[in-house]
Amino acid sequence: MIELEHVSKRYGETEVVSDVTLTVPPRSIAAIVGTSGSGKTTLLRMINRLVEPSAGTIKLDGVDHRSVPPHELRRRIGYVIQGHGLFPHRTVAQNIATVPALLGWPRAKTKARVDELLTLFQLDPAEFAARYPHELSGGQQQRVGVARALAAGPNLLLMDEPFGALDPIIRAKAQADLLSLQARLGTTIILVTHDIEEAVLLGHRIAVMDAGRVLQYAPPSEILARPATPFVEALVGTGERPFKLLSLKPVAEAVEQGIVEGEPIAASATQRDALAALLWSGRPALPVQSAEGVIIGKVTVAGLSKRAARPE
Amino acid sequence: MRALPTLARLAALALLAAFLMRPDWFEPVFRPLTENGAPAIYNQGSLLGLTLAHLGLVALATAGATALAVALAILVTRPFGAEFLPLSRALVNIGQTFPPVAVLALAVPAVGFGATPTLIALFLYGLLPIFENTLTGLTTLSPAVVEAAKGTGMTATQRLARVELPLAAPVILAGIRLSVVIGLATATIGSTVAAKTVGEVIIAGLLSNNLAFVLQGGLIVAVLAVLIYDGFTALGRVAGRWSGGTS
Ligand SMILES: Nc1ncnc2c1ncn2[C@@H]1O[C@H](COP(=O)(O)OP(=O)(O)OP(=O)(O)O)[C@@H](O)[C@H]1O
Ligand SMILES: [Mg+2]
Repeated sequence: MIELEHVSKRYGETEVVSDVTLTVPPRSIAAIVGTSGSGKTTLLRMINRLVEPSAGTIKLDGVDHRSVPPHELRRRIGYVIQGHGLFPHRTVAQNIATVPALLGWPRAKTKARVDELLTLFQLDPAEFAARYPHELSGGQQQRVGVARALAAGPNLLLMDEPFGALDPIIRAKAQADLLSLQARLGTTIILVTHDIEEAVLLGHRIAVMDAGRVLQYAPPSEILARPATPFVEALVGTGERPFKLLSLKPVAEAVEQGIVEGEPIAASATQRDALAALLWSGRPALPVQSAEGVIIGKVTVAGLSKRAARPE
Repeated sequence: MRALPTLARLAALALLAAFLMRPDWFEPVFRPLTENGAPAIYNQGSLLGLTLAHLGLVALATAGATALAVALAILVTRPFGAEFLPLSRALVNIGQTFPPVAVLALAVPAVGFGATPTLIALFLYGLLPIFENTLTGLTTLSPAVVEAAKGTGMTATQRLARVELPLAAPVILAGIRLSVVIGLATATIGSTVAAKTVGEVIIAGLLSNNLAFVLQGGLIVAVLAVLIYDGFTALGRVAGRWSGGTS
């Protein structure tokens, strides 16, 4: 659990982070979203003390993070920066082994961990372990950057626009991978993005920042349904709002009884995808298929329209 | 085709070694440059001995200059040493702009004749390229990489040893290379204050009006400089192999 209490950061006269109080529950993802210069990176870097707060306290699992020396704190917190920051003079395996090496892990344990992570990120150790970063594609570099951050099994992962440099298709894949990884490892993640779409997709909770302040910190459905300020409302984008709301839930939760004709939709797809398929097919309803391939009911335009309306 | 330069270098090395071991073999080559039956091959000492002494002098001076210049550059790029940057720059620049001949003239009264004044002159003269290159190498590191080194929990010393110096190594080596090549040429003037260097051969040639001697001394130094330059270039490539040859 991460607790920020009245955290501020001043550079000279200007306050770039103002009185931020928020709690990130264990095993969840918090997305920090906001415009450029709103203080997202500064807030994130205060957690691993790359920036020292001017005021306030930060507690990790109930313990003030200033109770350990900064370098030891950082070895326990995974950190992924935009542009990955891989060490160009070290191979992929050496990059991933950075924190284990600092912690003095035995060679065999480190190697096993590196191979495990490479495999997890779909990079064949035999092919990639000995490569230098410049011999990788952008997407591969990004995955190695995340693998390096996870190497020593941190409970907390800080990510600063980790997918910013990826093309839309690789980016969608990286986001999906991160979600399944997080579900599997249970790592608490704080992720900075300037893309509200990404925040809605990845965040269990979203903190909207503007000019150093957190304007709203709430689950995505809440941010979409009840934006706290006009700024949040503008960021969310009123035109897209119903569709974003639908994108939060799987079709499985919108299944109705009944048998209909047509191309079945997977129960695990989002309701937004289902609505798109319905509109595209021109039918009022389509069958829904479970992961086992059984038809479990139907999904209707009328049903989804109700779900897309502002929740009361 | 890529083997050709390597072959040329090996041939130059073999030729130099042969000349230093058995200079008399080359007598016919230098004979046409002499007059009145003067000796065609330097005969007032061992060419091999002078060359080794010359190399030793340059090696010692460059090692000292490298140690001080790199240490200074590291110091002034740390947060606590930043205020010493202008001072260090000034000192190192004086070392470079003060002519080595003047350094010799000033040093002799203080430390006497021989190798020491030459060592001092070479040392001072060699500081600047190494200092400036180390400074460049340490201050042009990618901010994302420096940030990552911090973010993974390296201490300041670990960052320097594991990230900053290895990344700057190719640039630092280029500075040392320049310093060595300048030193090889400059060391010849050390013989004016009785240091044992290949300069002795050139000076003997000038005094006795023997063009063959002058040419021999000049050629030995030139071939050494080219070979050592190439050696450092190869070393720099090894140190920068991670960049895929882009730097
Ligand atoms: N070391 C510093 N000294 C002075 N001002 C700084 C420093 N670091 C950041 N700032 C200022 O603090 C403000 C917030 O910066 P920050 O990097 O946290 O923004 P951000 O929300 O991450 O923006 P972006 O989306 O562009 O990355 C900016 O106005 C920036 O100029
Ligand atoms: Mg930022």
